[in-house]
Amino acid sequence: MATALGNAKDKELIQVHNATVRFAGDSGDGMQLVGSQFADLASMVGNTIRTLPDYPSEIRAPAGSLGGVSGYQLNFGDYEITTPGDEPFVLVAMNPAALKVNLPELQSRGIVVVNEDEFTEANLRKAAYDSNPLEDGSLDDYRVIPVAMTTLNDEATRHTGLSKPQRERCKNFFALGIMLWLYDRPMQPVLEWLMKKFARTRDVMAANGASLRAGYNFADTAELFRVHYHVAQASLPKGRYRRITGNEAAALGLIAAASKAKRPLVYASYPITPASEILHELSRHKEFDVRTIQCEDEIAACCAAIGASFAGAIGCTGTSGPGLALKTEAIGLAVMTELPLVVIDVQRAGPSTGLPTKTEQADLLMAMYGRHGESPAIVLAASSPGDCFQMAFEAVRLATQFMTPVLLLSDSFLANSAEPMPIPDPDLLPDIEFRPTATPDNFAPYRRDPKTLARPWVVPGMPGMEHRIGGLEKEDVTGAVSYDAANHGKMVELRARKVAAAAETIPPAQVSGPESGEVLVVGWGSTYGAIAAAVGELQQRGLAVSHLHLRYLNPLPAKLAEIFGRFRSILVPENNLGHLRIILRSRFPQAFEPLAKVEGRPFLIREITAKIEEMLKP
Amino acid sequence: MTSANPSATAANPGQEDCLRVLTRKDFQTPQEVRWCPGCGDYSILNQIHKLMPTLGIPREKIVFISGIGCASRFPYYVNTYGMHGIHGRAPAIATGVKCSNPELSVWVITGDGDGLSIGTNHLIHAMRRNVDLKILLFNNRIYGLTKGQYSPTSEFGKKTKSSPMGTIEQPIRPVQTALASEATFVARTIFADPAHLGKTIEAAARHTGAAFVEILQNCRVFNDDAFDVLTDRAARDETRILLEHGEPIRFGAGGRKAVVVRNMEPHVVDLDAEKIDERDLLVHNAQATSPGLAALLGALEPPEFPTALGIFRQVNRPTYNELLMNQVRDSVAGRGSGDLKKLLGSGTTWEVE
Repeated sequence: MATALGNAKDKELIQVHNATVRFAGDSGDGMQLVGSQFADLASMVGNTIRTLPDYPSEIRAPAGSLGGVSGYQLNFGDYEITTPGDEPFVLVAMNPAALKVNLPELQSRGIVVVNEDEFTEANLRKAAYDSNPLEDGSLDDYRVIPVAMTTLNDEATRHTGLSKPQRERCKNFFALGIMLWLYDRPMQPVLEWLMKKFARTRDVMAANGASLRAGYNFADTAELFRVHYHVAQASLPKGRYRRITGNEAAALGLIAAASKAKRPLVYASYPITPASEILHELSRHKEFDVRTIQCEDEIAACCAAIGASFAGAIGCTGTSGPGLALKTEAIGLAVMTELPLVVIDVQRAGPSTGLPTKTEQADLLMAMYGRHGESPAIVLAASSPGDCFQMAFEAVRLATQFMTPVLLLSDSFLANSAEPMPIPDPDLLPDIEFRPTATPDNFAPYRRDPKTLARPWVVPGMPGMEHRIGGLEKEDVTGAVSYDAANHGKMVELRARKVAAAAETIPPAQVSGPESGEVLVVGWGSTYGAIAAAVGELQQRGLAVSHLHLRYLNPLPAKLAEIFGRFRSILVPENNLGHLRIILRSRFPQAFEPLAKVEGRPFLIREITAKIEEMLKP
Repeated sequence: MTSANPSATAANPGQEDCLRVLTRKDFQTPQEVRWCPGCGDYSILNQIHKLMPTLGIPREKIVFISGIGCASRFPYYVNTYGMHGIHGRAPAIATGVKCSNPELSVWVITGDGDGLSIGTNHLIHAMRRNVDLKILLFNNRIYGLTKGQYSPTSEFGKKTKSSPMGTIEQPIRPVQTALASEATFVARTIFADPAHLGKTIEAAARHTGAAFVEILQNCRVFNDDAFDVLTDRAARDETRILLEHGEPIRFGAGGRKAVVVRNMEPHVVDLDAEKIDERDLLVHNAQATSPGLAALLGALEPPEFPTALGIFRQVNRPTYNELLMNQVRDSVAGRGSGDLKKLLGSGTTWEVE
């Protein structure tokens, strides 16, 4: 829906409720940078945002090649935005390859802003174009705005004294300038950011600033666009917000939890896409007594975290699917020794190396069952970038309260996607308390808390309670090595009951929408945004559709059976072939309709609405 | 730091352990020791029980971490804190322990399979990082717990259950591996010489940094007499060199044999038969910057050469745990103790009115 706001400066300003734009170029073109600048601006003027960076796994694929295209999609609006948007309305394509890769997803009648200077014969060949799409009529369904960005940028920055290649690198800011005008955004915050970012290289700052201004003014004065757009402030709850990605949020959640537990945080990790930013973020905050260890491999990382927990710190590790596979034996050790351990799995498309920079949710069954022996662990999943903060905090709480490994599932989409998060007040975060520590008089390594069934966390340095633990089965209470058959049966059961007991401390499942109806959509993890938007849309149309999102996957929250029983049918959309569905089918009598998308990309809203509509048909 | 301050331990009133002198009995556990009769591990355990009370470290501040294998049952038999880990990963677990609480004295117990096959990676990296760990590698050159397969240190051509026609693998050399990994303390000793064993482990205990000790150890069942040539009282003067820092490399009855280096190759010389100026003898320097000499001595093997026992290398380098905690301290000094409110409110922020 669009409303004309009048035509200051000759061009009509139209009010829209949201806009989806995508910046695309070579992986060295700085698209992620200007995309996130645009996102920051949108946030600052009060829009809700959600972003989706999409970059190749090669750091610098050959320039101009299809494989080297890097994109940054942003959806911003004046209502609660929960996805990066189904289809971009505006595509900024810095070269033919970027156009070719991204055009299929553009809305018809959408706007394409292209850097026409780059549409040379050589570049067209690299992008496998037989003819120039700017001339052959193949873009007739779109509004194409060709801009000689390279030339104009060159002229605008000539005065800075930088070399030609240096200046050419500024052209992403020229593109950003055009977009700022198109969406009626102020330039000032970007100029201020440039001043801070390039305080030490003032010529670079000046060149980028000049390019930004030139792009903005060019869009304003040249007859490029007949209209431009305005997205009003969203009515978010009052308060202070920050833009946050899932990986940043997970790191902050761990720091907050360790602070609340008054213990050092030891984060041991081996670099892996898309989890490495958690390690980067944590390594910058040593003033919180955060001790990061970049280990020699994934196994070492998990073992070091276990050792850290044994000695009394909050031991955490983070990885992605291939790394989780390597850590499984060590996680089994944490199950057996009943030590707190947090393992964050930022899932990516597999199997094997798969699509390392693309998203997927296909590690759920590995997180649940991917260990030998009866090896229960708590499994959590964050549902949005900001939720990674809450769930990382929860992971530490549960790991320490129940003396157990906790696997927290995030994914590439959540890890890199940004959204506004109300800044949590640390004073309102719960303290992470430990049960009264044992004393030498009553201490036995496996004497359990009657309620949680957790064993005491007695750590080296505490006198009079020296004890040995390990991977061999232990005798109940005493912790002595035991090969006794009945004891093993009992311990297997106790470990399972302990993890199940965590259900008592987790929030109840919440249905969003009517408590009963035609279709209940059950999701977990990063599908939250697309499901919430799809269900919201159908609810507005008066359809009896509700949404239940699971953040706790093992144990599951109580009373799910009752909720499931109140709906005629249940849909389970997942970025895998039906992992949650397998779990639900093994525990509940209802039928669960799958909706699978395993393409390395998140669901579009319309993919979910279409499926629900199909289920609603009589 | 592992050297405990006795006055600090007295600050924990009511803890008996801190107020009385510990004895070997304090370090024994009720757990039944389950190694085969005659196993070389008993001798090592005995030396540890003897050494522990002499270190001045309260029992609760000592941690033994092991992997999997016969040797790795060790922590169950020492009454300190301990963890019997998973195969090959003890150095990684121990690194986590030490970084979690640098005040602890952390010991790694591993074997030739655990430490140099499945866990070589972790062993190497713990040593190059110079994590302040005492690493005892029990080398019996065989897989005992899985009942008699060859190990990575088994000699070339060895016939075992899994190599009936003899192995076709060059063995890995523990001391060379430790030297190549830049361990700051590298030693070799043998189970059958309790005095040398005790002295060497004690030197490791008193070293700050990654201390690696290869302990040649007999497997009575699957590789009996593997080190007879070094243990036989009559022959051992001829088959081993006892390294002493600053002393010439001599052995044999009355020290009348020596090792000299010609064209970068070691040679055994008989001081009675050959006319050699004693000033030309190789002098052991465990503190040399270059690990070259230590590597040369570490590679001496029978039958051509005697086996060198003792400390090959002992140098000082800042430990990983110390450097890690320095960064924590520097961050606190520079930015103040972490302020959660400030951290959460950082980045791109804005106010919604």
